Amino acid sequence: MSLLYGLITGILFGILLQKAEVLRYDRQLGALRLMDMTIFKFMLTAIVIGSVGIYLMKDLGLVKLSIKATSIGAQVVGGLMFGIGWALLGYCPGTAGGALGEGRLDAIWGILGMLFGAAVHAFAYSFLKTHLIGVGSFGKITLPQFLGTNNWIVIIAFGATAVFFFWIFEKKGL
Amino acid sequence: MKSKRWNPYIAGALTGLLLVLSVFISGKFFGASTTFSRSSAVIEKSIGIDVNQFEYFTTKKGKYGPNSLPNWQLMFVLGIIIGSFIASLWSGTFKIMMIPDMWRQRFGGNTLKRAIIAFIGGAIALFGVRLAGGCPSGHGLSGLSQLAVSGFIALGCFFIGGLITAIILYRD
Repeated sequence: MSLLYGLITGILFGILLQKAEVLRYDRQLGALRLMDMTIFKFMLTAIVIGSVGIYLMKDLGLVKLSIKATSIGAQVVGGLMFGIGWALLGYCPGTAGGALGEGRLDAIWGILGMLFGAAVHAFAYSFLKTHLIGVGSFGKITLPQFLGTNNWIVIIAFGATAVFFFWIFEKKGL
Repeated sequence: MKSKRWNPYIAGALTGLLLVLSVFISGKFFGASTTFSRSSAVIEKSIGIDVNQFEYFTTKKGKYGPNSLPNWQLMFVLGIIIGSFIASLWSGTFKIMMIPDMWRQRFGGNTLKRAIIAFIGGAIALFGVRLAGGCPSGHGLSGLSQLAVSGFIALGCFFIGGLITAIILYRD
């Protein structure tokens, strides 16, 4: 049943990504070149709606959070590396398959590269664990926990910040 | 052509609802990058490499090992390909392309050049994202929706790395 849910959720996500045109290299690089903010509009709206829904259901005891542990070493070094690779490829792990689905065959080279990168990562994992993942490790914390504030204050502040950026994007026609 | 595109705010809002529904119904947050790690383990095993020599494939009771597939996330990633295929046929935007337009304007029509850079980019991106512990779906959509500190740091670094690289690639 879990497999079927995964497939259906993926199909719906793929339709949304394709219809909003966020899968395309030109849109991804357009965002990184600050020329076309489509993917930020899409992503930030999804996050704001997602955070309201998830924390609402969490408060009602309907869902459990699944927080990834904070490691400044791993997230800064890994995050910057991802950014470099992302700008070279123009697709991310989720959108490369989607780009392939709409006929962008150059995504195949990216997918093969990702499989190779995954193998190299697994090879290097013991080293990374010893030297990098422990640097600046804070465990599974959320921003409200870190700041010592209520979850909803952070959600409202995040939503307001997103709306402010949307206003700038629309005003500048990005 | 332009009128066919769905408004990114509406499509994004629907994506947010889809994430919430997925967490509610199946307890699954979005993510994609671990599927590449698991698939590389399956491929390595199938060509006769002993994957147990790599700690990553045996840690957490083989969570990332070759026997962890098929799982929810693999089907999710495959579903994205199918969903995009259906949607692109539906809107008439399916198009076989070996080189994106923006790339062609800057770097020309050499498919080998595009293939090499795309492969290298994919390899660096996936190494980085597995080190960081998640991709724009896992750290981005799922992490930030839960207000995770790790998500804010990762997404900020994704953007900084991407911005600088894009500026260097496309400088005049």
